[in-house]
Amino acid sequence: MALRQIAFYGKGGIGKSTTSQNTLAALVEMGQKILIVGCDPKADSTRLILNTKLQDTVLALAAEKGSVEDLELDDVMKIGYKGIKCTEAGGPEPGVGCAGRGVITAINFLEENGAYDDVDYVSYDVLGDVVCGGFAMPIRENKAQEIYIVMSGEMMALYAANNIAKGILKYAHSGGVRLGGLICNERQTDRELELAEALAKRLGCKMIHFVPRENIVQHAELRRMTVIQYAPDCAQANEYRQLAQKIHDNCGKGVIPTPISMEELEEMLLEFGIMKSDEQALAELEAKTKKGAA
Amino acid sequence: MDGMNPDVKAERKALIEEVLSAYPEKTAKKRARHLNVYDEGKPDCGVKSNIKSAPGVMTIRGCAYAGSKGVVFGPLKDMVHISHGPVGCGQYSWSQRRNYYTGTTGVDTFVTMQITSDFQERDIVFGGDKKLEKVIDEIHAMFPLNKGVSIQSECPVGLIGDDIEAVAKKKAKEHGKLVVPVRCEGFRGVSQSLGHHIANDAVRDWMLGKGKSKEFETTPYDVVVIGDYNIGGDAWASRILLEDMGLRVIGLWSGDATLAEIERGNKGKLNLIHCYRSMNYICRHMEEQYNIPWMEYNFFGPTQIAKSLRAIAEKFDDKIKAGAERVIAKYQPLADAVLAKYKPRLQGRKAMLYVGGLRPRHVADAYGDLGIDIIGTGYEFAHSDDYQRTAHYIKDATLVYDDVTDYELEKFIDKMRPDLVGSGIKEKYSTQKMGVPFRQLHSWDYSGPYHGYDGFAVFARDMDMAINSPVWALNKAPWKAA
Repeated sequence: MALRQIAFYGKGGIGKSTTSQNTLAALVEMGQKILIVGCDPKADSTRLILNTKLQDTVLALAAEKGSVEDLELDDVMKIGYKGIKCTEAGGPEPGVGCAGRGVITAINFLEENGAYDDVDYVSYDVLGDVVCGGFAMPIRENKAQEIYIVMSGEMMALYAANNIAKGILKYAHSGGVRLGGLICNERQTDRELELAEALAKRLGCKMIHFVPRENIVQHAELRRMTVIQYAPDCAQANEYRQLAQKIHDNCGKGVIPTPISMEELEEMLLEFGIMKSDEQALAELEAKTKKGAA
Repeated sequence: MDGMNPDVKAERKALIEEVLSAYPEKTAKKRARHLNVYDEGKPDCGVKSNIKSAPGVMTIRGCAYAGSKGVVFGPLKDMVHISHGPVGCGQYSWSQRRNYYTGTTGVDTFVTMQITSDFQERDIVFGGDKKLEKVIDEIHAMFPLNKGVSIQSECPVGLIGDDIEAVAKKKAKEHGKLVVPVRCEGFRGVSQSLGHHIANDAVRDWMLGKGKSKEFETTPYDVVVIGDYNIGGDAWASRILLEDMGLRVIGLWSGDATLAEIERGNKGKLNLIHCYRSMNYICRHMEEQYNIPWMEYNFFGPTQIAKSLRAIAEKFDDKIKAGAERVIAKYQPLADAVLAKYKPRLQGRKAMLYVGGLRPRHVADAYGDLGIDIIGTGYEFAHSDDYQRTAHYIKDATLVYDDVTDYELEKFIDKMRPDLVGSGIKEKYSTQKMGVPFRQLHSWDYSGPYHGYDGFAVFARDMDMAINSPVWALNKAPWKAA
């Protein structure tokens, strides 16, 4: 099988790292050989796979030794759950330097030093907001072919998903990047599944999977484990297995997204009652004032 | 003077049209605004300036870093100037612009040395502030006699948002010496001009009136010479004239300058500015803040020198006025001897200029003294006030080109066939290959000084050497009919 490169994007705090690590743990059960490239200065993309706190990052080690040229692949690649290869780009502390350049440097180093050899999947886990060109690195030419956007029914998550689709569209014609689909991480907002499906429809992509909210994910996470490892027989583990299977079957089926304008997005939210129109908001405010006066 | 032959004007206007015709429509339209044939009596040269260069052309301009590090700060001799960023900018600005200075290089003066923080990938990703601190510490240890440090920002420093001001404050406190952060990232502005402005602002905010300047004892005859970078010794040849007439030069900015001279810059009675473009900002500031008047002067060629000396003396008492006359009289025989020797050899020749801050206008009368006519001139990075100041220096029908492109200049030279072109190193060899004599008017072509009476003697000799070199008689192929 040809190397498949996928990436997980989405609003910060949406559960990208948790979702991606659980999905990859399920994929490895299916016999796939996997490399994780964490592209977030926080370096938390591999802790559930490695069952450790934080791994040494490419950039931290490079800074220590002088430059990336002084590094060996073995210094930065750790082996985790069922042989998953784990790397973290790392980056500067908040407020200094250029984390985006760090991502570019780290990915180039990994590629040039053969980290991508002998794997079936490379998975990039990218920080929430694609703030600059560096964080768009994984969607450029010859990198991830399919992007999976992790989202929920919350308004900001939908905004972010639409913005990421714009980023994909920008690079879709120069490189080969496609939108794999949406993964909805349940937040128990109103009509969440319907809304996710509606957005997928507007973006012209699939709703890959709706992952229900389940406390066991937290329990596993506190023990630095994926659900797959912590409670392999639970229902939630099976949800991730389904997601993994769907992603596996989605090979080559990504699309060029059709992101919508801000106005369209807001209309959609109104339609689903997530956002209130000005009139509604005013009427409610009036009712509240009356009640207060009485 | 009489107006130029109308045919010449029409011819030159047609030449502009011809040159523009090679461009795509949009570029031609843009460039047309920067080219003109001067009409005598107009208050400016009729060209647009200080606008972004057209994409795709070879502009001769520099960048903001060049304006700050290369022009304003570089000659300041007892400070160490750090080229902060990747090594290239520092490497290619190494050795400065022939700004002469006295002192022992590497001990108490540092002009021709090159100090860079030599950014690596790691410094980009993790920020360069730590390395900058280390560089300043090392400078402190290696060059204990330095009076301070300036940080000249290269592009990446601005892109990654390093806090060089915080480093400057911290290290200044630690070492008890001045550290000046300068935000002259090359991508800022349209040319080196913004770099001059940024450097002026840094002087204003971090240096002027600081240090021990408060204790400086003044006299009624104190002047500060601003915008003379002592290229080939220019400032020295100027300074002796001012001192001869009874003035005291308490600061030379920034040729051969010390930090103390910059700090006490607000202590003069009058600011004398030579290169208006690069340092008018600080003169205006001193006028507003300290009520110090400023005036422009011109020390190129005996006509302008005498005029300037008298104009400067007008600002002082009779003693200085008499001094000015004495100086003019003293040097007149020298000027006469130079003219007697060279004018007959140069009379009636034509020259084209393309330079930077002040020379496209300031040298016009020096050439005029020698009988050489300026038929074309232009600036790399002038603003509209420079072109206003140029109008009274140039004659009717002079071709004026702003931010001229490599192609345009070559074409103009080829069609107008001047006897001399005065421009920079990038233009030198292509012009000489066209069979046209050339002198570098940025660096004085490894010669100088050209300022003052002494400088005029060197200037006249150099122009003669270029124009009347026997080599130009040999550049026709013998097998081609004349």
